[in-house]
Amino acid sequence: MIAPLEWRAPSKDFDGVFDPAFLFAGVLNGLLAGGIYVLVAVGLTLIYGVLHIINFAHGSLLMLAMYAVFYLWRLIGIDPYAALPVVIAGAFGFGFVLYRLLIGRYNHGRDENILLITLGLSIVIDNVALLFFGGDTQTIDVPYAGTFVEIGAAFLPLPKIISFGASLALCIVLGLYMAKSDTGKAIRAVAKERQGARLVGIDVETVFAVSYGIGIACLGAAACLLMPTYYVTPSSGHAFVLVAFTIVVLGGMGSFVGAAVGGLVIGVTESLGGLFLGEQLGQIGISLIFILILLLKPTGLFGSKA
Amino acid sequence: MSRAALLCAAGLAAALVYPLLVPNYLVNIGMLVFFTAFIGQSWNIAGGFAGQTSFGHVVFFGTGAYTSTILQVTYGWNPWLAWPVATAMGGAVGWMIAVLSFRAGLRGSYFALITLAFAEVFRILANSVPFTKGGLGMLIKADQKPINFQFKDPIWIYYLALLLCLVSLAVAWHLTRSRFGARLVAIRENEDAARALGIDVFAEKVKVLTLSGAMCAAGGTFYAQKYLYIDPSIAFGVDKSVEMLLVSMVGGAGTIFGPLIGSFTLMGINEATRWLASVVPALKNVQPLSLIVYGIMLILIVARLPNGLVGLFRRGPARA
Repeated sequence: MIAPLEWRAPSKDFDGVFDPAFLFAGVLNGLLAGGIYVLVAVGLTLIYGVLHIINFAHGSLLMLAMYAVFYLWRLIGIDPYAALPVVIAGAFGFGFVLYRLLIGRYNHGRDENILLITLGLSIVIDNVALLFFGGDTQTIDVPYAGTFVEIGAAFLPLPKIISFGASLALCIVLGLYMAKSDTGKAIRAVAKERQGARLVGIDVETVFAVSYGIGIACLGAAACLLMPTYYVTPSSGHAFVLVAFTIVVLGGMGSFVGAAVGGLVIGVTESLGGLFLGEQLGQIGISLIFILILLLKPTGLFGSKA
Repeated sequence: MSRAALLCAAGLAAALVYPLLVPNYLVNIGMLVFFTAFIGQSWNIAGGFAGQTSFGHVVFFGTGAYTSTILQVTYGWNPWLAWPVATAMGGAVGWMIAVLSFRAGLRGSYFALITLAFAEVFRILANSVPFTKGGLGMLIKADQKPINFQFKDPIWIYYLALLLCLVSLAVAWHLTRSRFGARLVAIRENEDAARALGIDVFAEKVKVLTLSGAMCAAGGTFYAQKYLYIDPSIAFGVDKSVEMLLVSMVGGAGTIFGPLIGSFTLMGINEATRWLASVVPALKNVQPLSLIVYGIMLILIVARLPNGLVGLFRRGPARA
């Protein structure tokens, strides 16, 4: 899923993949990809932390947002970065309504039920996308895609650097919003103590819907930041879903800091896995980390309880 | 004879006569109904009866398909002899995943997600290691003789699928009558209470996943012999996992006939959308259309009809 690595063609004195310059490029590329994963994972972990549900449709909703960015560019010519406010607002609205109409009605039963409902949702979304958008791979050719920045031995595409910075900035904004605003405080209160929050007069159901909306808004932002360098197909969601879960489980379900650290770690893992093990086998690192964390330390690195 | 037994006998008679009366195309559809019901039942035994929802059941299916195909293609085994070995391998993988996951205390959604990750690991390995021929997949040489587990007349593969389905129904029926089955239901309904009653929850869950894995692997070999080709995304892709889960959930998880009814229903939807696509030219993409209907059905069933379609026919209070 990660875009092919940009690096200098092997020269005579190329020492294979253990060449430090090559490793450096791999780590940088991984960090850049991880920076955007952080945003995806923050949305997932927020939904888990507040609602205690596992949103299996997360990847599919990201795919949908990526198509929204693609069509905004294709039909109206809006640059993916310029589309940020529109897509974030649209994704928030979509998430809010989705929660009100579907998720919220069934999030109080068995924990597997909501997992199955979001699985059903992801099947519907993936196939609606396939039906209407077709199975072709779609990309956006931004004029600055070919601009590279040289850092040490690594040539890094400019849009990836912009996206990395924007992603971290948005995470900080979200963190401040959660810490300072009334809505943020209400969300944190509900996450900590549902019953208590209700007793002091917080409208818990609205907070749930807003939290779900913010989680999906994070996906909208991630979609804008991904599209200048990534591609989208109706199956993109499936590719992202296990990555997002791995990050969240690694960092600790519900932990913001965990999602940030986990995102960067997984980005680098994916990049180095691809370098050392090749395109195919390289993907195994993420699944193995996921399994090992669940088996050995299900609370993750920063989580309090499983 | 009771009404239920009479109904079963009539159904079986119809299933036996059916392929003699219809063209090959419909025989093939009947075969798929029983085969999907069989692998669906393997999911149902763990996911329905014991409540251990799995998102990666295809890991057993693929293990079975690859084990028998490798033994046959690489080592020249007879597929009939490779079949029990493949089944045992599926059981072994089920045992391994169960011991690892349940030892770590994973439940509910966490168990579902780790099975998905295991299936993904197997898929990537099958894509990368030399003895599975990687992404090229493996081709079984066509030589249509019964001794090769290949049949010229589709009627025989139909009857074999029917037999598998009957075996799986018998296993499910046994679960509704045996103490083992009762213990599984107790674990599904309340694991802590089951433990307090003296049930060895860990051992029972390992047992059921081993059984389920073995059955599903037997289905994998059957599939490989029917289509004579497997590759990593067929054998370990998420689609088959979802299919097994869907037929059980739609028909009725934890019921004997749930997977069979679910399989009938999904095949019906499949054919209906195929027909719709042939009359409405705008809908030339058939496959997404039927999957959209499946997804909506899954949501509706979980939300409104926890006993699945079987629940519609059953009188008395619904299971909570």
